[in-house]
Amino acid sequence: MSGIRNLGMPFDPDLFSDLKMNRSAIERRAKSLGGRRSVKKEWQAAWLLKTITFIDLTTLAGDDTDGRVKRLCAKALRPVKEDVLLSLGAQSLNIHPGAVCVYNNFVGIAVKALAGSGIPVAAVSTGFPAGHTPLAIRLVEIRASVKAGAQEIDIVIERHMVLNENWRALYTMIARCREVCGEAHIKVILGTGELGTLTHVAKASMVAMMAGADFIKTSTGKEGVNATLPVSLVMVRMIRTYFEMTGYKIGYKPAGGISDSKTALQYVILMKEELGNDWLTPDLFRIGASSLLTDIERQLEHCATGRYAAYHHQPLV
Amino acid sequence: MTVEKIFNSMSYGPAPESIVEATDWLESHKRIFKLFIDGKWVRGNGKPFQSCDPVTGDVLAKISQASKGDVDKAVKAATNASTSWRALSGFQRAKYLYALARLVQKHARVLAVLETMDNGKPIRESRDIDIPLVARHFYYHAGWASMLADEFPNYEPHGVVGQIIPWNFPLLMLAWKIAPALAAGNTVVLKPAEQTPLTALYFTELSIKVGLPAGVVNIITGNSKTGQALVAHGGVDKLAFTGSTEVGKYIRKQTAGSGKELTLELGGKSPFIVFADADLDSAVEGVVNAIWFNQGEVCCAGSRLLVAESIAGKFYKKLRARMDKLRVGNPLDKAIDIGSLVDEAQKKRVQSLINEGRKEGGVVYQSKSKLPKGGCFVPATLITCVEPSSKLAQEEIFGPVLAAMTFRTPDEAISLANNTRYGLAASIWSENINTALDIAARVKAGIVWVNSTNQMDAACGFGGYRESGFGREGGREGMLAYLRPKSLAKLKPLTVLKPAKQTIFTTTQNIDRTAKNYVGGKQARPDGGSVMSVISKQGKLIGEVGRGNRKDIRNAVQAAVKQAGWSKSTAHLRAQIIYYIGENLDIRKDEFAQRIKSMTGVSLSKAQAEVAMSVERLFYYAGFADKFDGAVHNPPVRDIAIAMNEPLGVLGIVAPQDMPLLGLISLMAPAMAVGNRTVIIPSDIYPLAATDFYQVLETSDVPAGVVNIVTGEHDVLTKTLADHEAVNAVWYFGKPGGSKAVEAASIGNVKQIWTHKNKTYHWMSGQGQGRVFMEKASQVKNIWVPYGA
Repeated sequence: MSGIRNLGMPFDPDLFSDLKMNRSAIERRAKSLGGRRSVKKEWQAAWLLKTITFIDLTTLAGDDTDGRVKRLCAKALRPVKEDVLLSLGAQSLNIHPGAVCVYNNFVGIAVKALAGSGIPVAAVSTGFPAGHTPLAIRLVEIRASVKAGAQEIDIVIERHMVLNENWRALYTMIARCREVCGEAHIKVILGTGELGTLTHVAKASMVAMMAGADFIKTSTGKEGVNATLPVSLVMVRMIRTYFEMTGYKIGYKPAGGISDSKTALQYVILMKEELGNDWLTPDLFRIGASSLLTDIERQLEHCATGRYAAYHHQPLV
Repeated sequence: MTVEKIFNSMSYGPAPESIVEATDWLESHKRIFKLFIDGKWVRGNGKPFQSCDPVTGDVLAKISQASKGDVDKAVKAATNASTSWRALSGFQRAKYLYALARLVQKHARVLAVLETMDNGKPIRESRDIDIPLVARHFYYHAGWASMLADEFPNYEPHGVVGQIIPWNFPLLMLAWKIAPALAAGNTVVLKPAEQTPLTALYFTELSIKVGLPAGVVNIITGNSKTGQALVAHGGVDKLAFTGSTEVGKYIRKQTAGSGKELTLELGGKSPFIVFADADLDSAVEGVVNAIWFNQGEVCCAGSRLLVAESIAGKFYKKLRARMDKLRVGNPLDKAIDIGSLVDEAQKKRVQSLINEGRKEGGVVYQSKSKLPKGGCFVPATLITCVEPSSKLAQEEIFGPVLAAMTFRTPDEAISLANNTRYGLAASIWSENINTALDIAARVKAGIVWVNSTNQMDAACGFGGYRESGFGREGGREGMLAYLRPKSLAKLKPLTVLKPAKQTIFTTTQNIDRTAKNYVGGKQARPDGGSVMSVISKQGKLIGEVGRGNRKDIRNAVQAAVKQAGWSKSTAHLRAQIIYYIGENLDIRKDEFAQRIKSMTGVSLSKAQAEVAMSVERLFYYAGFADKFDGAVHNPPVRDIAIAMNEPLGVLGIVAPQDMPLLGLISLMAPAMAVGNRTVIIPSDIYPLAATDFYQVLETSDVPAGVVNIVTGEHDVLTKTLADHEAVNAVWYFGKPGGSKAVEAASIGNVKQIWTHKNKTYHWMSGQGQGRVFMEKASQVKNIWVPYGA
């Protein structure tokens, strides 16, 4: 990753305690976004190719195996068919996902599979998905992931700290994790589907950034509700606020439920409209997904050939 | 551009909407359109004109101009169709409206494209907002048609309705006008704006498709001359107009005394109020929807930004950053936020107002959005440091220009918000429900949006206070604008009562009583120092009252204006006071009966009956005061949409000549019950019942200024009352023939006028009281309160 890394700042509740999010207004804005912008033809192809570079290609399932992780990595190395790239004139763009995201235990396998590609491995490493394990154990887990070669660590927060508004504890917990991450970048998963209100989402976002998060991320993919546009709007607005306050650009990662091109493009549009082009880089924007890639491939094939494409023609993720 | 280049720039590309279907339709008419009268396309007799695309300047079609004769034909067609149309069952009319709703949906895209081509508004708006609302309006009113007989049992349609609509929401305004009119059983002659007639013409084809009987809807295109002919036409029973305040005033004046019912939806300079505790990012987005929706060519646009001084700098910074993201350009592009103004004239007007704002010390910021060459484009414009005294703070701009000011306290926010001749809408942003609802209650506007803006729906009333007009569109209140009480048709003409001549010249044995005016809770000597004699039927002088003049009216209005507390008092308090008046009047019933008998010459028993009915009426409205409930509407959003009945403010009343006590009380009591302060001109020939009544008022705890009474000649006093700009409404039930002057004089501040239309009301019967009096004494404020934890 490039740019100046967020150094965080001292815990200061004055900077976020007055925040209030108006759900209805936020939902209205989120709803109208899709209708306000549209990318067609070459623009659609280019935007979708770019979207692939935002993907944290992810497998986080109970039945993950070495074989499954290897297959995912292979796909990361060749996310789009050669002929499609050629026909779009995109062969020199070196399209690959932003990272491959796995459980701690599979970091080693993934690192090996991706060796030499420049694609980083991200690990979910802190009692994922609930975070209800002793902090000491979670820190051990982070260290293990980093040692195994993970360049990015996705941590989960303890939701009770938000629900009970124990912001200082949240700050301290995240800061500890960040410390242990060392050079590895830290993405803080808020579990927004379990935070109750958008105001909580906003405050948790601010605390995470103050504590040194490189990215703030919506969900584990395991909550009842995962990434949504209204929640994203709140989080990116907080990123903007933090940037205006400190000059640090924090990344954003929606995850869970983004499985088709149309939805993914809405998130890209949201980033462009609310944060600007600076954020349209894998350094500052990721989408946690897996099946999304197949849908994007189909759309790209359509852009290339003019024919609607079939799922089974795309190499499995 | 190559995929690679776009990949690196992540720019937006063109996303044009197809115009093929719309163009095919225009071509199918060879781009020449006639008038639609009596179910047929007929050639207009005026000089045809052109409808142009404001972006390219291309001529879209040649449009017929309806001459005076054509207007006459259209009104005749509507008149002929009226009898059978109103005779249909509600269900039968509902089926037509329902079919229209469905057809609008089925033709949604071509309608949206035509609208954008003709008007210049972004296709996103015509597609996502205008056309869906059009369909919604027909659906909603299909329902009212079905329910009409049950829900409005004592009402009937007006007959033929003339409707004139503006160019900013061409088809939506057509729907707002036609749907309720047809649901209520009226037939229609509608004139679209000359700049934007195309969707109305397309709509006529839909009306043919649904088999709407000939003459029920007539569409006549033309310029202001066509409009003038429609306004002046004697066959029109009701006029509904949406457009500028200037033209609204013209229409009011032209129709004065004609007996035509009138509703006006006029201009605005609506405040957008941001408190320090608002969700500021959302409020910024609110501003976008308030003033950069439809290029700011919206009557209810939030065009005055009032920001808490403590956050103004921060808010402006956010706003400027947001403005730079707005994309201005070809409105047929799906990714455009701001399209073209409607024509060159409008663009010039807006630009000259921006320049004036700059000259007056305003700090002008215009978005960095690239403007296309040609077309009538103006970028999003924010002008800060505007003071209430600048032109930009007062005049409706009707363009993408926002004038910003700051406030320190909620009270100051209200003072600034209400410092305008308009009163259409207001938008209030605060996360504190106390602040938001307090401001919602105090702002003078017909539509209030809490933490939202420009929300519209058929289920909610839309319309203004003050010079933003009167009457509502949408909701139950909107249906009332197209109905009238059945009893009105049966009223007999009113004849003038002349004072008796004095024939008996004996001196009175009693101590001389001097009747003065009643102003601000005190008996005040008339300014002119002159009196009028009151002569009994027998020709005997029975008393003298002050001959009030302009200054007496001025003083009375001033007293009424000062008593603002009455309009904010609780309904329970008002009820108690009205009951108390009834109680005290009852104690003195014999004296009042004698007085009525001696003035009017009626029998004692008739006079007693009038007094008894007066007491009864006071009790009726005392009881009604806390039962005149508003409503909670059901728009299709998560929202509590409250329709609140609010008093008009200062209400001038000219009481009937006859029934000197009951006539006055029948008008005073409902006005008071709703919370108005009144200035009453009592019967000119029998004024002593009113002057005796002072003592009843004095003993009944009526706060000073709630009721003010000035005696004198109707013609003289009414004029001053009707053109006084601090009087909000006038009820004229005085001498026949006076209605015209009242209506004509009311245009200064666009008063709501209610007159007897020279008909005799039967004050002793049930016709002299009822909900309709309460409705006439009030205006509906719709408050939208979205919620969500």
